[in-house]
Amino acid sequence: MVRYSIFTLARNALTGHEHWPRAWRSPDPRPAYEVVIVGGGGHGLATAYYLAKEHGIRDVAVLERGWLGGGNTGRNTTIVRSNYLHPESAALYDHAVKLWRDLSQVLNFNVMYSDRGVMMLAHSQHDVHILKRHVHANRMAGVDNEWLSPQEAKEYCPPLSIDPRARYPVLGAALQRRGGVARHDAVAWGYARAADALGVDIIQNCEVTAIRRDGARVVGVETTRGYIATKKLGLVVAGHTSVLCAMAGFRMPLESVPLQALVSEPVKPVFPCVVMSNTVHAYISQSDKGELVIGAGTDQYVSYSQRGGLQVIEHALEAICELFPMFSRMRMMRQWGGIVDVTPDRSPIIGKSPVEGLYLNCGWGTGGFKATPGSGHVFAWTIAKDEPHPLAAPFSLDRFTTGRLIDEAAAAAVAH
Amino acid sequence: MSPARRLPQGGRIDRRRRLRFTFDGRSFEGHPGDTLASALLANDVLLVARSFKYHRPRGIFSAGQEEPSALVQLERPGGRRDPNLRATRQELFDGLIAYSQNRWPTLRVDVAALNDRLAPLFPAGFYYKTFMWPRWAWKALYEPSIRRMAGLGQAPTEPDPDRYEHRFAHCDLLVAGAGAAGLVAALVAVRAGLRVIVAEDDVAIGGWLLGEGSARVRLDGERPDLWLAQVRAELEAAPKCRLLCRTTVFGCYDHNFVALLERVADHLPEPPAGLPRQRLWKVRARQVLLATGTLERPIAFPGNDRPGVMLAGAAATYLHRFAVLAGQEVVLFGNHDGIYAIARDLRWAGARVTLVDSRQRPAPRLVDELRDLGCEVRTASVVVGTGGRLRLQQVHLTTRARAQETTGLPEVIPADLLLVSGGHNPDLALFAQARGRLVWEEARGIFLPGEAPWPVRVAGGANGCPTVAAAFADALRVAREIVIDLGRTPPSVPLPLVEEPGAAAIEPLWRVPMPKPRQRAKAFVDLQDDVTVKDLELAIREGYGAIEHLKRYTTTGMGTDQGKTGNVVALGLAAETQGTSVPELGYTTFRQPYLPVPFGAVVGPHRGRLFDPVRLPPSHAWAERQGAVFEPVGQWRRARYFPRTGETMEQAIAREARTVRQACGLMDASTLGKIDVRGPDAAEFLNRLYTNDWKRLAIGRCRYGLLLRDDGMVLDDGVGARLGDHHFHLTTTTGGAARVLAWFEEWLQTEWPHLRVYLTSVTEQWAAFALSGPQAREVLRPLVEGVDLSPQAFPHMSVREGRVAGVPARLFRISFTGELGFEINVPAGYGAYVWERLVEAGEPHGLVVYGTETMHLLRAEKGYIVIGQETDGTVSPIDLGMEWLIARGKGDFLGSRSLARPEMRRPDRKQLVGLLPRDPAMVLDEGAQIVEDPTASPPAPTLGHVTSSYASPNLGRTFALALVAGGRSRIGQQLYVTRLEGPPVAVEVTAPVFWDPEGKRLHA
Ligand SMILES: Cc1cc2nc3c(=O)[nH]c(=O)nc-3n(C[C@H](O)[C@H](O)[C@H](O)COP(=O)(O)OP(=O)(O)OC[C@H]3O[C@@H](n4cnc5c(N)ncnc54)[C@H](O)[C@@H]3O)c2cc1C
Repeated sequence: MVRYSIFTLARNALTGHEHWPRAWRSPDPRPAYEVVIVGGGGHGLATAYYLAKEHGIRDVAVLERGWLGGGNTGRNTTIVRSNYLHPESAALYDHAVKLWRDLSQVLNFNVMYSDRGVMMLAHSQHDVHILKRHVHANRMAGVDNEWLSPQEAKEYCPPLSIDPRARYPVLGAALQRRGGVARHDAVAWGYARAADALGVDIIQNCEVTAIRRDGARVVGVETTRGYIATKKLGLVVAGHTSVLCAMAGFRMPLESVPLQALVSEPVKPVFPCVVMSNTVHAYISQSDKGELVIGAGTDQYVSYSQRGGLQVIEHALEAICELFPMFSRMRMMRQWGGIVDVTPDRSPIIGKSPVEGLYLNCGWGTGGFKATPGSGHVFAWTIAKDEPHPLAAPFSLDRFTTGRLIDEAAAAAVAH
Repeated sequence: MSPARRLPQGGRIDRRRRLRFTFDGRSFEGHPGDTLASALLANDVLLVARSFKYHRPRGIFSAGQEEPSALVQLERPGGRRDPNLRATRQELFDGLIAYSQNRWPTLRVDVAALNDRLAPLFPAGFYYKTFMWPRWAWKALYEPSIRRMAGLGQAPTEPDPDRYEHRFAHCDLLVAGAGAAGLVAALVAVRAGLRVIVAEDDVAIGGWLLGEGSARVRLDGERPDLWLAQVRAELEAAPKCRLLCRTTVFGCYDHNFVALLERVADHLPEPPAGLPRQRLWKVRARQVLLATGTLERPIAFPGNDRPGVMLAGAAATYLHRFAVLAGQEVVLFGNHDGIYAIARDLRWAGARVTLVDSRQRPAPRLVDELRDLGCEVRTASVVVGTGGRLRLQQVHLTTRARAQETTGLPEVIPADLLLVSGGHNPDLALFAQARGRLVWEEARGIFLPGEAPWPVRVAGGANGCPTVAAAFADALRVAREIVIDLGRTPPSVPLPLVEEPGAAAIEPLWRVPMPKPRQRAKAFVDLQDDVTVKDLELAIREGYGAIEHLKRYTTTGMGTDQGKTGNVVALGLAAETQGTSVPELGYTTFRQPYLPVPFGAVVGPHRGRLFDPVRLPPSHAWAERQGAVFEPVGQWRRARYFPRTGETMEQAIAREARTVRQACGLMDASTLGKIDVRGPDAAEFLNRLYTNDWKRLAIGRCRYGLLLRDDGMVLDDGVGARLGDHHFHLTTTTGGAARVLAWFEEWLQTEWPHLRVYLTSVTEQWAAFALSGPQAREVLRPLVEGVDLSPQAFPHMSVREGRVAGVPARLFRISFTGELGFEINVPAGYGAYVWERLVEAGEPHGLVVYGTETMHLLRAEKGYIVIGQETDGTVSPIDLGMEWLIARGKGDFLGSRSLARPEMRRPDRKQLVGLLPRDPAMVLDEGAQIVEDPTASPPAPTLGHVTSSYASPNLGRTFALALVAGGRSRIGQQLYVTRLEGPPVAVEVTAPVFWDPEGKRLHA
């Protein structure tokens, strides 16, 4: 792997950048691999990388039906934070936040992790109660989260309107300073390049069409590029998990729904941090390119259609203009949707499945981008050792039968 | 004095009137009919912008909405700032103030233009390869500088004073685009008697016929204007037709839901009184016809971005529509016949013209004709470079054969205008938004419309028609299909006879071949985001060849113009470079909106007071008069407490709470959700939903009901009353009203449709006032007719019908305070009246009116839960100690199976308990964590959290409710509660009921 740095950049500038190698190879699939990962999103690629890096398992293929990062990885609003309510969640997401810190250096690919702070607004006594509960809980879990008065919130985010006559006035905010945003595509590409360098085969345009079992065990997958044998199969396909699991012969407690987002035209820096509001339901940040990145809600009904409707966008922009009245004249440049896989308790599923050798990493719903490095890390461990990583153990599939849920919907309403 | 480049006559401008405007502080003049771009060009202002990345000088590239370069910022009175406006689309008005963007200190001298010099260091995706060392510098140094460099204009800083409207409309046919094809189709539809909406982005109908076409085409021997006027008159007169100009179709959504943006007042300094700035139309069309024409595409060659480089068709538009000759020494470079006519027009207008045709053998007739006019024509030749600093001064030419050689210098000729045309792409963005498939035509190198999932059709230029005659015929055919589809007979619509040049022959050319070592040559594909051919090649070399990767890695097509001119070029190039075909490579998704739409327009009227309408209970006006303090509770605004003069919140609440327990209190509980449940299967239905047994509830009796989700966790609670065999009245929590009704309906409609049950929300129909306290009966008695209030006749948990203050009423004997209580329900229209009667009647008894805060305190003293406070979706009835509410032997109900899981009985589940702080004055934080060891440092395990916490005047101390792991077995233990400031404090765990545990007062 040619290292990326200002020096190699300068050296290549002298030769017109004619000599950069491919960031990752484009191999044909081999007939068999020790581990096959389905899904070339951030989570799948990170899993492959950590399998090779931490567990020395390099006979790995990542199968992606389209292009890397073309699922939710390349469609999300990239909010990263770990101030989740339950200690199990806080621990899992914080594991990721710690990895984010020097991911660029580790991967030698600038994923532009920017810890500009994530601020969640309270608009009612009920919100105050819930957010304070988070602050208290996070502190005990060793995760930073602080309570801000409306005035302090405004200082942290000057465009914010804290007009007490507002329909839903800002009564305070919870701020996680280590939270922030990253460049979504770079995460997929960075992991792909680093995994490839360790010998992982990354195979695009390769859709899994069937899962082959021998009794209770998985033995391989049929793909649009032929049959591939494997004894260990990791499914990391987000919104399409139910489809893949149906191929393996079992059902999942997941609902797939479109979630939408939009960006404005780019402008000079106006918005320093990330702001989320569950009550008026909107979240917003500004990209390095200058666009306001705005998250909207999910459709009311389940579907696999990756497209946006107008009414959901309308609702999100109402909230944005209420909180930031000066953005009314900003213009929406693009809107889009992605299919998110939502569990009943809004927490992910990581671990084994009813089929031997088949491992699941899904259910991240509306908020899994932030977990990408941590998710890949613990999932690789789980596959390599055939037992759940301690941080992943509480997120097993059987919690929906035992009832030991980790309900993040409970106190959050949304979890981006 | 006429500006430099304005021709003495012609054009669709009103020369009698002059409009003054400024650009970067310099004053200019233009005329009504001008765009900002045409007026700038007329005044010989070529440099109008700086590019995104390299800050290269940029000019006006197009004459329409596809403009990638000429973006400006408009400042209007009242804080109306609009960044990133396309100068080519902004109509001129008197007093317009525009600024250039993305430059410092001035447009001519822009420090950041240094980037252009350093460009070799900044190839596509350079930021992924660097800025990684040292780690801290990304946030402190690199990212802030990248951010400062990026962005274009500046966001507004003031709230938007303008108003935006939403309109809903239905039609049989929506026509997008009022050019030749759209107009013919509209005529057909109108004459067939259909309801038609025609939306045109431009200020007037005509499309291409307004500009270039006006010179090129004759209809029935006349200029097209005449025909356009007739059509306009007919469409405007037709009662079922709505013709909307200045209106963009910006979104084609599912099943012909189409969104339009009408710019009502953007051509004025500010909207006239009574008019919105813009109007957003939401149209549901049975059929959609897209007649959106074509967009001209450029050719990539080094230096193709300098101010003075322009699309050929744009120059024709400036000439014919705005009477602006954009240059005197013109080089016209292209690959098709269409450019010859433009050359001729420019020549006639007085320019010196050199035409450079990349093709070997263009039709000799065309070449000869131009040469006869005194133009120079170079065939098999290409432009390989340009010169000039802030504006074009030279053009570098060579033959196609020699273009790739490194030796031999190109010929340099002086020029102030370089026009390029690589052909015309059907504009299929809306078709693709509607999920229509695009099909590649190799010969012309264009996409054509393929299959569409619902009735969306395409006609005219957008359907690949090369001439007006073809577009007419195409539109006629498609419109007839539509009319027949809609069950009507196609009318006869005679078409005018068209005289025009024939279809233009073309040989696709994406870029000029370039010699290998082309260090500094920048041939742009995306002018706005500064993406060059080299960038695309680099991305492909590095493996980002998938079309979406190419887009994301290089950012091509990601600017505000969404690559309207450059995308197809990038695609063609990418296919060529990778040795594959365009269809194999595919294309990137076309996303809404077609053109950027202001947030305000999407929001429409839903701002400020109408953002989310406030719901007010019947006593609101009275409470306002009393000086109550309010709080938002869901959509409602409720009185939180009623301070008397000089009282603090704590004092007011203490007074209210004490008075309720000692005398009596009144609270408006109208916000509670109310559902009227009727039907023979009503009791059965409720039995399946609630944990309780409703079949055994006698008529006239009430029951506290608990609803569980299917996972066994508490969803909502409320009181149900049986009014008849088949009739129940249920209450829900204020916040849960909509959710519970939706939950009921979901089960009823999807799982048990055979149950005969009818649900009606009556939340708004009934005012509900909670009267409680030892004196409640005495207060009520004089107002009540027809109900015996005695404890024997009207026991706790029963319902009676009668009259209160002369108004028909339902009386419930229930209580949320733990005192003797009545809830008086009257039709909401009488609410305010009855409320005041109750207040009056209470006066002699010392009645106090209390708000939500006191309500919460009183119920907590009694250990009553509040949904969303003591519960959060993870709490079961067992956890709450409410197992007694789970009816045995009544059969299955939602959540019962989940409750049977062993997990639900784990002794260390969090259970509801009371807490008494050791310091009786210490109010615990709601949400604070409960720990065993006050000295443990994080991460440390916690046992649970405080759900409710108050200072109680009745107990004379503070107390709290909490969910604590294994809480019931910890009663009597000492635990600790965290604080945001300071160390944890000690508390004693108690049972959760602090007031009247035997319930004597309730039954009084
Ligand atoms: C609009 C939106 C906004 C969001 N905002 C945030 C946010 O702010 N913060 C946050 O943390 N999260 C956010 N999320 C959620 C986040 O994007 C996802 O949780 C996360 O990216 C999931 O990553 P993944 O790698 O598991 O899935 P994906 O990136 O979706 O990858 C799954 C891959 O599997 C592939 N695949 C599917 N079926 C097959 C098959 N049969 N064969 C082969 N390959 C297949 C797909 O093509 C896809 O590339 C948002 C999501 C959306 C849609």
